[in-house]
Amino acid sequence: MKALRNYLDKIKPHFQEGGKLHAFHSLFDGFETFIFVPDTTSTSGAHIHDSADSKRLMSFVVISLIPALLFGMYNVGYQHYIHAVGELGTFWEMFGYGFLAVLPKIVVSYGVGLGIEFIIAQWKKEEIQEGFLVSGILIPMIVPVDCPLWMLALATGFAVIFAKEIFGGTGMNIFNVALVTRAFLFFAYPTKMSGDSVWVSSESIFGLGKTVDGLTVATPLGIASTGTADQVPAFTMDMVTGLIPGSIAETSVIAILIGAVILLITGIASWKIMFSVFVGGAFMGIVFNQFGPDTAMAHMPWYEHLALGGFCFGAVFMATDPVTSARTETGKYIFGFLIGIMAIVIRVLNPGYPEGMMLAILLMNIFAPLIDYYVVQSNISARVKRAINSNN
Amino acid sequence: MSQLFSKKNREIFKAPLGIDNPVTVQVLGICSALAVTSKLEPAIVMGLSVTVIVAFANVIISLIRKTIPNRIRIIVQLVVVAALVTVVSEILKAYAFDVSKQLSVYIGLIITNCILMGRLEAFAMANGPWESFLDGVGNGLSYAKILVIVGFFRELFGAGELLGFKVIPESFYELGYMNNGLMVMPPMALILCACIIWYQRSKHKELQEN
Repeated sequence: MKALRNYLDKIKPHFQEGGKLHAFHSLFDGFETFIFVPDTTSTSGAHIHDSADSKRLMSFVVISLIPALLFGMYNVGYQHYIHAVGELGTFWEMFGYGFLAVLPKIVVSYGVGLGIEFIIAQWKKEEIQEGFLVSGILIPMIVPVDCPLWMLALATGFAVIFAKEIFGGTGMNIFNVALVTRAFLFFAYPTKMSGDSVWVSSESIFGLGKTVDGLTVATPLGIASTGTADQVPAFTMDMVTGLIPGSIAETSVIAILIGAVILLITGIASWKIMFSVFVGGAFMGIVFNQFGPDTAMAHMPWYEHLALGGFCFGAVFMATDPVTSARTETGKYIFGFLIGIMAIVIRVLNPGYPEGMMLAILLMNIFAPLIDYYVVQSNISARVKRAINSNN
Repeated sequence: MSQLFSKKNREIFKAPLGIDNPVTVQVLGICSALAVTSKLEPAIVMGLSVTVIVAFANVIISLIRKTIPNRIRIIVQLVVVAALVTVVSEILKAYAFDVSKQLSVYIGLIITNCILMGRLEAFAMANGPWESFLDGVGNGLSYAKILVIVGFFRELFGAGELLGFKVIPESFYELGYMNNGLMVMPPMALILCACIIWYQRSKHKELQEN
């Protein structure tokens, strides 16, 4: 660490005003404050002096995502070996395959997103904002493994510019950037984001695995959305451990649970939102069990709804995004509850979308400010009433 | 002749094409810009139809502007526009049936296009027929310009075609290129319009608000 600090101090003058590498000063600044907590604090006025700045918070979110990401890599390999090769490989073969399949996506997502952020920071003469640290790792985690890299790059660029930068950058965005990326891909290239042929990789990578043509594997939700009422996929332990086809890191309830615990212990995510998303989903699942249409989706038990697809992942990592969720304490319950309800409603009532979590969260992102407004207003009017009553 | 194309008249014609564009600056006529621009051909036809209708409605209203009773002027304007829309619609049906099918109700809905009422109220009611004609052509063409730009990008990236001809070569598709399905949906027209506005505002300092 000491050597790194000395090295950074040595090259620092090049990046300051007048130095020959001044054009890259925002890049240098971004890396320096990422590695070391900046020693500059505000000196005037009332400020909270704390070393936990948003870069440190973002790092914790990334750490909490790592169990799901590692498991996702393993599952990519596992699904490939079981469906394309036909037999299980060793642990390292399967993990290595998944690692090689997922790594280019992470590189592309970070490369494009951070590239745009650096350019804009340089152009606006601002510091680099760190929001993309989390979005950049979320994006490759929520796409199917067969999504081509150029599509990922295009969608990431679109989302960073149109969902974030034009609203004013990190902390000002209305929509969750990673979900906008996914929504762009979902509507622009539906054949690469849904259906039966994208969830399991069918190519061999560096001699690992086996190339097969026309491999189709449906996700449990995909089966349920096309099946008749008695074809509800049976609930198995695989749905909890995550050994089912799906977007790269969304499948494992256990890995996501580890992430959720890290987020809750560090106090970054709100337990109110997480909890109420699950309550909303379970409530709507039970309602459809009782009164829903006669389809497999509606007959699916509520705990299976919660375990499948992106429900857990969305509830833990997407809905709790502090920027795009409701900020009032009561509002968080309403926000989360409605996400849970909407996700199941979309799944059950719209046969075109077997997964409703993405659209539910994006929809509630729009309503979050409205929820906050009414929570604040109702609080104000309640207090006014109380004041008038006590005066009389 | 020199009076017909005096500096003032040229300005009347040029202003809407530049910094007073009815779509990107006044944000009028957005609805039809979203609806008809998924392909280039209907966008061009729509743009030309609106140009013709605005120009002649402007001339007619300008000619009779002194005899129109002020209290019923909107009704008179609507009658004139409706008559012209009907003529254009019939001509399209007779000579360009396919396009008229694609445009469907949107030709009829030109009558509600905000640009028309805006120009009639703001310009033709107060100016002579020749100036009104220039103003109508200028505004119509600037509307057509935006439609054509949006239609160009939407057809190129949404279908890989321009005016129905394949533009993106087959070899691209073999390499894994795919048409962007979002481009043919209306939201993308809005985003493209926004990009044009963004470009225009960054070029013209006087359009930027604080």
